[in-house]
Amino acid sequence: MAIKYSKDHEWIDIDGDIGTVGITEHAQEQLGELVYVEVPEVGANLDQGDEACVVESVKAASEVYAPCSGEIVEVNEDLADAPTTVNEHAEGDGWLFKIKIADMSELDEFMDEAAYKEYLKELDE
Amino acid sequence: MGHDTDQNLQTVPLADFHRRMGAKMVPFAGYEMPVQYPAGIIEEHKHTREKAGLFDVSHMGQAWLHGTDAAKALEKIIPGDVQALSTGSGRYSMITNDAGGIVDDLIVTNWGDKLFIVVNASRKHIDLPMIADASKGLAELEVVEDRALIALQGPKAAAVLSGIAPACATMAFMSAMETEISGVSCHVTRSGYTGEDGFEISIPVGDAEAIAEMLCGNDDVMPIGLGARDTLRLEAGLCLYGNDLDEETSPIEAGLAWTISKRRREAGDFPGATRILNELANGATRKRVGILPEGRAPARDGTAIHAPGGDAIGTVTSGGFGPSVGGPVAMGYVAADHATAATALELAVRKNMVPATVVKMPFQPHRYFKG
Repeated sequence: MAIKYSKDHEWIDIDGDIGTVGITEHAQEQLGELVYVEVPEVGANLDQGDEACVVESVKAASEVYAPCSGEIVEVNEDLADAPTTVNEHAEGDGWLFKIKIADMSELDEFMDEAAYKEYLKELDE
Repeated sequence: MGHDTDQNLQTVPLADFHRRMGAKMVPFAGYEMPVQYPAGIIEEHKHTREKAGLFDVSHMGQAWLHGTDAAKALEKIIPGDVQALSTGSGRYSMITNDAGGIVDDLIVTNWGDKLFIVVNASRKHIDLPMIADASKGLAELEVVEDRALIALQGPKAAAVLSGIAPACATMAFMSAMETEISGVSCHVTRSGYTGEDGFEISIPVGDAEAIAEMLCGNDDVMPIGLGARDTLRLEAGLCLYGNDLDEETSPIEAGLAWTISKRRREAGDFPGATRILNELANGATRKRVGILPEGRAPARDGTAIHAPGGDAIGTVTSGGFGPSVGGPVAMGYVAADHATAATALELAVRKNMVPATVVKMPFQPHRYFKG
C-alpha cells in the first residue's frame, strides 16, 4: 500500500491493483468550498489523463484527470449530497473514485509524500 | 500565475485594508481587487443576506455632470428619463448605441445643480469619453478620481449606518444625500446591487480606510469580496455587464423596458431608438429569463440552452451556485417563444443534458427600503 501524488494535486492510494483517487488538501484549499462533484460512471474505461471527474466551487469548475488508465470500479456516491466532504477530508472520506490500474508503470512518475511536499514548497516560491 | 500582468494593475484606496482583512486579491477590470476574505464566498454571501456586508466598489467610475442642461446632455446617449428625476433621487439606466445595443449600464442621481453618474469599471474608459462628447456645449463632465466608493448591504445596513450617520435612517430607496460620517462629508445613496436594503457611500480617498475600519468594527458587518458580490447579484436577478448585457443586446431583450419612460418612448430621441421602439411594439426575438436547473450541477455562462430533446434556443449568460437558494441558479437569453415562466428547457452541461425551468426572477426577493 502506498499513496502517491501528481503534479495536478491528485492523490492515489494503491492497494493491489486498485487505486483510490482524490484531490489533495492543497487543491481543496485553492478551490474553496465545493458546491458540486460530478463523479465518473462505474464501468467507464479511461486512459491516463482523461477527464474523470469535475469538482465545482462557487467560482469555477475544475477537471480531475485519471491518474492512470483503467476501469472505474467504485465512486464516492456520498459526495452528491455532501460535496464539502472533499473540503473537510480531502485525503480521506472525500475520495472521488476507485480505478482498476491497467498499467502500474504509468504511476512511476508520481511523487511520494515527501517529494510532493517539496513540490508544494517550490510552487510557493 | 498572473504575476506578469500585476505591474499594470491599478490599486484601490482600500488595498491595505483588504490585505489586513486577509483578502485574496485578483485582477479584475484592470484593478487588483478582493475576490474573497478568509470567511469564504458562501459565508460572505449569507452574512450579507442575514446581517450586513461591506463592499469596496472604488474601481467603478464616478463622475459629476455639471450644468443646468446636464440631464439633456445625458439623455442624448441614454433612453432613461433624467429630466424627470427630482433632486435627491436616482435611477438605473444604460448608454445605448445606434444599433440599440447596450454600451454600459449605470446609475444616475440628481444632486440639484449637477448629476452624479456611476458606471462599470470595465467600461468607464468607453463611457466617460462618450458622456463628455454628448455634453459638449451643454454640460461639463468632472471625473471623480479622489473618492472611494463603498457599499454597505444587508438587512442590518440601515441600523449600522444610522448609528454613525443618523440622517440615513429614513432615506428612501434610490434617494441621495450629503452627510457627515465621523466628521467627513460623504455622498450617500440608498442603493446597491445585492437585492438587499443598503447604501453606497462616496468618501474622500484619505478618509475611506478609517470609515471602512469603523464600519467593519461593528459585529454585524463583514467585508465581502467580488465572489459573493456576483452570487448576490445573480440571485437578485441583476445584470452583469459583459455577461448579461453587451453591445449587441437591447434593453428590451434584457427585460429592462421599465427603465424607458413614456416621454422617452414617444420622443424616440435616443441612440438605437428604431430597434428599441420596434421591439417594444412587436416584441424582441429573444429575452433574458431566469433559469432554475434541476439537481445540483451549476450551469455556467456559455452553457447552451435547448428545447427539451430539441434544438439549441439560447445561451446561459450568468450561472452558478446560489448560496441562499441552496442550489444552482442561472440567467440567459432564449428565443421569445420559450421565455414564459414554467417553460421546460435543457442545459448542455458538459456531456449531460440537465432539465431546467424558466422562472421569474429574482431568485431571492428584493428587500429594498421604500420608506
